[in-house]
Amino acid sequence: MKPILKLISMIAMAFVIVPSVVYFGGMISHDAVKWTALAGTVAWFATTPFWMGREIEVDADAVEI
Amino acid sequence: MRNENQVEADNQVEAETATSGEFERESVPESARLGAGKFWGMYAGEHAAGTEFMIGPLFLAAGASLQDLLLGLLIGNLLAVLTWRFLVTPIAIAKRMTLYYQLERIAGDRLVKLYNVVNGVLFCFLAGAMVTVSASAVGIPFGTMFEVPEETFALGSTDFTLIVIGVGVVMSIIAAAGYQVVAQVANIAAPWMIAIFAACGIVSLVQMDANSIAALSEGKFWQDAIDFVQEKDGVQRFGFWQIVVFAWLCNGAMHFGMADLSIFRFARSANSGWAPAIGMFLGHYMAWIAAGLLLAAQIKLSQDTTANPGALAWGALGWTGIICVIIAGWTTANPTIYRAGLAFQGVFPKSPRVAMTLVAGTVATIAGSFPNLSNQLLGFVGTYGTVLGPMGAIIFVDHYLMKRFGMREENAFHSGQSINIAVLLAWAIPVAIGLYLIFVPTSLFPDKLFAAYAVVPCWVASGAIYFVLSKMMQPRAIA
Repeated sequence: MKPILKLISMIAMAFVIVPSVVYFGGMISHDAVKWTALAGTVAWFATTPFWMGREIEVDADAVEI
Repeated sequence: MRNENQVEADNQVEAETATSGEFERESVPESARLGAGKFWGMYAGEHAAGTEFMIGPLFLAAGASLQDLLLGLLIGNLLAVLTWRFLVTPIAIAKRMTLYYQLERIAGDRLVKLYNVVNGVLFCFLAGAMVTVSASAVGIPFGTMFEVPEETFALGSTDFTLIVIGVGVVMSIIAAAGYQVVAQVANIAAPWMIAIFAACGIVSLVQMDANSIAALSEGKFWQDAIDFVQEKDGVQRFGFWQIVVFAWLCNGAMHFGMADLSIFRFARSANSGWAPAIGMFLGHYMAWIAAGLLLAAQIKLSQDTTANPGALAWGALGWTGIICVIIAGWTTANPTIYRAGLAFQGVFPKSPRVAMTLVAGTVATIAGSFPNLSNQLLGFVGTYGTVLGPMGAIIFVDHYLMKRFGMREENAFHSGQSINIAVLLAWAIPVAIGLYLIFVPTSLFPDKLFAAYAVVPCWVASGAIYFVLSKMMQPRAIA
């Protein structure tokens, strides 16, 4: 199950970043970038918690700037 | 094949390595040490945070040219990485103690409490800025805009102040429950957030018609934005060396100040000290520039120079941008409020941590209600390094020079002092002078000293004063 979820997460990540590159090339509209990024975001947060982020890192309570 | 006891023992070690709250008053044992890969993973998610949404646009608003930014950030971030690798990591793996325990052994427990409270107060202001950042995004769907009043301690619109209070209350309650859940959310969000920053930058370039090699190399889109800001707000200059020093020292408390001893004490080898490079170049290079491009695009599209993180991200990526700004602000504010709560609890040990976290959250929310404070983040992070950085010099001198010059290291621990006067004076004198020059115009610095410039001089002065005072104050019998 985990490999499938990881694959979906990777596709979700591609949905976030790739459309902006395609938009840079003038091949899609700005609205299309926004909606695919939102779809990618939903898919990322729906799948990634099942295979990543359960371990609390040693810097978890550190403050970052 | 391993038996159940071995598995249980391994699980125990796994649990103990899981948070920096473990091994707080002892050296990290061999079994709990981590390979370099872990640190690269950890730092990859660091430094792409809520602050980046503020700092990038502030560079543009302050008049930094694109060429200066590209080269200055490169050099500054490289210097920061070298500082982590060659200043922090060697001491971290030699001592393997948290910053707080190391300081307690040198400075005494009461002085560490004072340091902790100062740290906590500064954290409250940082968390306040993050409350403002998240509130700016929450306000967008309600049509509530983030406006920056001229006076530092002036409120924004009533609607915005109410949103800040709402966001601050929610963040404080979550922080009071601990940092674990938010840390998990932050882990999951980190790669996504980096992708969002990159996407924001790329979209902004297209919005400015800078999607050709010629337009990119000319950089007119950036200069046009600076010209517009300067025509409106007057000429400002944020030069190359200011950028270098800022990029180097904005995390001064973490490297010069040795806060990251608490992280690198788990490192198996000193090579782990290179790991902050990934955080620096993703967060303090790519993300800062991308966030700056957001403001440049907004100026081009709507002639609005307000560095409103929510509106900027909304303009580039719509709802995804809003979600990113909220999560970025929240995941930065949460450990900050939690840490400040712990610091305050150190002063009132009988008070529950939850109550002290709520106090810290209240202070952060009040600070977040003044939008101008978040607008002064460039100065704030320099001040933060100036105040906390010098304690790192004291650790440095104690570790490398005390024994070599016939003095006793970790003097408070060996003598049972609760306040090491040499440390107190070595910290307070340079910091007081530094703060005076940062906040008060003088004949030497008529426009006040740029805060990040004070970090290294204060660090060097603290180390020197600590050395001289220790030489004078430690009994000869010890020496």
